Amino acid sequence: MGCQGRGMKARNEAVSPVFFSEPELRFVEAATERLIPDEEDGLGAKGAAVAVFIDRQLAGPYGLAETWYMQGPWQHGTPEQGYQLKLTPAQVYRAAIRNVDSHCRQTYANKSFAELAPADQDNILHRLEKGDAELADVPAKVFFDMLWQNTVEGFLADPMYGGNRGFAGWELIGFPGPRYNYINEIEQYGKPYTRPTVGLLGRDGTKVRGG
Amino acid sequence: MVGFGWTASILAQELTDAGLQVLALERGKFRDTVPDFATTHIQDELRYAVRHGLFEEPERETLTFRNSIDQTALPMRHLGSFLPAAGVGGAGVHWNGQTWRFLPTDFKIRSHTEERYGKKFIPADMTIQDWGVSYEELEPYYDRFEYLCGISGQAGNIKGQIQPGGNPFEGPRTRGYPLPPLKRSAATMKFDKAAREVGFQPFPCAAANTSQPYKNPLGVQMGQCTYCGYCEWFGCGNYSKASPQTTILPVLLRKNNFSYRTGCDVTRVNLDSSGKRATGVTYVDLQGREFEQPAELVILCAFAQHNVHLLLLSGIGQPYDPKTATGVTGRNYAYQITSSVDVFTDEIMNSFMGAGALGQAIDEFNGDNFDHGPHGFIGGGYIVLWTTGGRPILQHQLPADAPKWGAGWKKAMAKNYLTSASIATHGSVMSYRDSYLDLDPTYRDVYGNALLRLTFDFHDNEHKMSRFITDKAALIAKAMKPRSIKVNQRDGHYSILPYQTTHNTGGAAMGSDPKISVVNRYLQSWDVPNVFVMGSSVFPQNAGYNPTGTVGALTYWAADAIKNMYLKNPGPLVRI
Repeated sequence: MGCQGRGMKARNEAVSPVFFSEPELRFVEAATERLIPDEEDGLGAKGAAVAVFIDRQLAGPYGLAETWYMQGPWQHGTPEQGYQLKLTPAQVYRAAIRNVDSHCRQTYANKSFAELAPADQDNILHRLEKGDAELADVPAKVFFDMLWQNTVEGFLADPMYGGNRGFAGWELIGFPGPRYNYINEIEQYGKPYTRPTVGLLGRDGTKVRGG
Repeated sequence: MVGFGWTASILAQELTDAGLQVLALERGKFRDTVPDFATTHIQDELRYAVRHGLFEEPERETLTFRNSIDQTALPMRHLGSFLPAAGVGGAGVHWNGQTWRFLPTDFKIRSHTEERYGKKFIPADMTIQDWGVSYEELEPYYDRFEYLCGISGQAGNIKGQIQPGGNPFEGPRTRGYPLPPLKRSAATMKFDKAAREVGFQPFPCAAANTSQPYKNPLGVQMGQCTYCGYCEWFGCGNYSKASPQTTILPVLLRKNNFSYRTGCDVTRVNLDSSGKRATGVTYVDLQGREFEQPAELVILCAFAQHNVHLLLLSGIGQPYDPKTATGVTGRNYAYQITSSVDVFTDEIMNSFMGAGALGQAIDEFNGDNFDHGPHGFIGGGYIVLWTTGGRPILQHQLPADAPKWGAGWKKAMAKNYLTSASIATHGSVMSYRDSYLDLDPTYRDVYGNALLRLTFDFHDNEHKMSRFITDKAALIAKAMKPRSIKVNQRDGHYSILPYQTTHNTGGAAMGSDPKISVVNRYLQSWDVPNVFVMGSSVFPQNAGYNPTGTVGALTYWAADAIKNMYLKNPGPLVRI
C-alpha cells in the first residue's frame, strides 16, 4: 500500500556510534537487516538506519533503565510478572552480542554474526526468538524480544530519533506522519490520503535531532 | 488534597467556592496545554506512548505483583498493564476520553443478582457488594461531570423514553449530552452496518473529545477535536480533550483560597493519638526534606491504588487479611478483562484519523442487560470498534499467518496497515476473596516505605464472560465481510506485562456496612471522619465500562456531602 522509497541516497551516510563499539554496531546492523530486509525498495532496517536509532536509544535514559525499578532482590518470576533481570537494556545488548558472536566464532569457523551468510543469520535469530539458543549471560528470548521491539521502534518512530530515515518505515505502510487536522478528510471514506509525509521536524526525513 | 488530578481539581473547585482554604500536594510537576502539550511536539509516539513520557516512573514508586497467595510477589519493574500518571492533571491529561455511566443494576449488583438468579448463583469466594448509593442518586452528578467536560454523544434514554441512535440500555438521564457525537470513521461506519445486520443496536460512544467548540459551565472555552489520532497517552494541544487543564484549572488557579505544590510526595496521613482524627499529612519535597502539612480535612485524590497504599501506610482502617477474610483496607481489588477481534479488509480505512473516544459500540451484553441464567457467569461488557488513531509502532494489527519478522512481515505491514481495524471487548471484573492489596514484606520505595503488593488473577467467571462476549464480537467482525479475522482471547492468568487498561479499582470500597467497606456512601472514612477517599479506589467491584465518568460523578456527589453536611457538622455522616 505504501509508495516507493524517496531519499534513498540520503540514507546511506555513515554515522559514528555513540554507544556501540564498531563490532557491536556491525552485529546490530546485520541483525536488524535480517529482521526487516531492505529488498529492492530500500524500505527496510538498513535504509531506515534502525541501527543508528538503537545505538542512540541505548546511550540514553531507555538504555540506562532510568525510569525502571531496579532495586533488588532479583528473583525469577512467572511470565506474568514480567521483566525481573538486574540488567539494563544497554547491558542486555552488550552481553547478548558478546555471547552470540562468541557462539558464532565457535560454530562458524571463527566468523562473527555479521560475517555469516544471511540464511545462517536467520537461523540464529529464529533460535534466539524461540529461546532454543543458550546464552551465557542473558536469556536469549529476552534479548530477541528487546531487539525486535527496538527494531520496530527504529523503523517506525519519528525520524528525528535517527531511524525511519527518509520516512522509509512510514512510506512502506502509508502513514502520512503526525498531522494536526483531519476534520475535512475523516468522512471521505475509502479515499486514499495523498499529502506528503511529514515528521515533527518537517518534511525532511533525514533530519535527526541533537548530536 | 493528596494528588492534583481529576478528583482533586473537581473537589478543589467546589470546596473553594464553599469558602475553604484548599491546598493540593502533587508529586509530579506542573503541566499545561502550553507549552507541555503543544502540537509541535506532542504527537511523538516514541516519546509518549512507547517510552511513557507522561506517566509515573516505577523507579520512584511501583508495586509488587503476584497472581495468587502461594506465590512471591515481584516488583513491576517497568509499566505495562496499566499506565498511571504523574504531574498536575494526572491521568486526566493522557486518557482517551471514553466516558460512560454505570448501569443502575451495577450499583446494587449483589441484591439484584440474588433477586433475579438466587443467592447460590454467586460463587462463595466472589465478594461483590452493593455500593450504598444508587444510580438515581448519582444521575445529577453524572450530568454535572458530562457538562463540565463537554461530552459529545447521543443520549439513549431520557427520563425513561428510549432515544433513537443512542444506547437503549443506559440508565435514564435527565437530558441529552452537551455536544453531538464525533464524526464517524470509515471503520466505525462498517461496524455500525455489520452490528445492525447481526441484530444489535450500535450507537456512537460518549466522548470527552469535543465535537464542536464548547464553553463549559465554569466559562472555560474548549476547541473542536481535529481527529489527529494522538489521544491516549498524549496531552491534547488543541483544547479539545477534557482534562483538569482544559475544564477547571483556568478558573481554579486564579482563586486566592487555592494553592498547590508540586514535587511533593505525600508519604503519610498523620493521625492524632486517638487514631480517629487526621491532623494533616507528611510529605517529602524534591530536595528530600520532610514536612508536616497540617489540615482540618484530608482528601486522598491520588490514583486508585496509591490511595490504598497511603491508607495502609497510615494505619487507616484494618488491613485486609485474605486468610481470615477480616479487615477492609485493601480488600476487593478489581480490574478489567479485555479482548479483541482484528479485522482485515481490502478497503482503505485510514485509522490514523481518529480520536480517543471515537467509537461505535453495542451494550447488549453488559451488566445484567441479558439473561445470565443459562450462562452461569456474572457481569459483561461492551463491544466496540474504536478508531483512536493509527500510530505505527503500537497501533497496527497483522493477520494470524503473518510472519513475526523478515520480508514476510514487511509485506504484511504494507498490505494491512491502512486496511485493518480492531473490535474490542471491555469486560467487568468481580471482586474476590483472594484479589486484594496489602504491603509487601520485601521491596521498598525510594523513601524506604514498603511497596504496595497486588495479588490478583482472572477467575473462571471472568474467563467465561469474556469468551462469551468475544464470540459476539467475532460475529460482528464476520458480518463486516473481511478478508480474514484474528481473535485475540484473554486466556490464562492475568499478566502485568501487556497493556490492557488503566482501570484499577477497589481497595477502599464504599458501602453501607463498615465490616466490608473502608468508606461510607459519601466516600468518608468510617474510621477517621475527616479523611475522604476519591477515585476508583472506592469501587466495590468493577463494571463493564471505563471508570472515569463514575469517578467524576462520585466526586461531585462527595463534594455536595462535604459542603452541605460535613462542613455544617463535622463528624461521621453515616451513623450505624
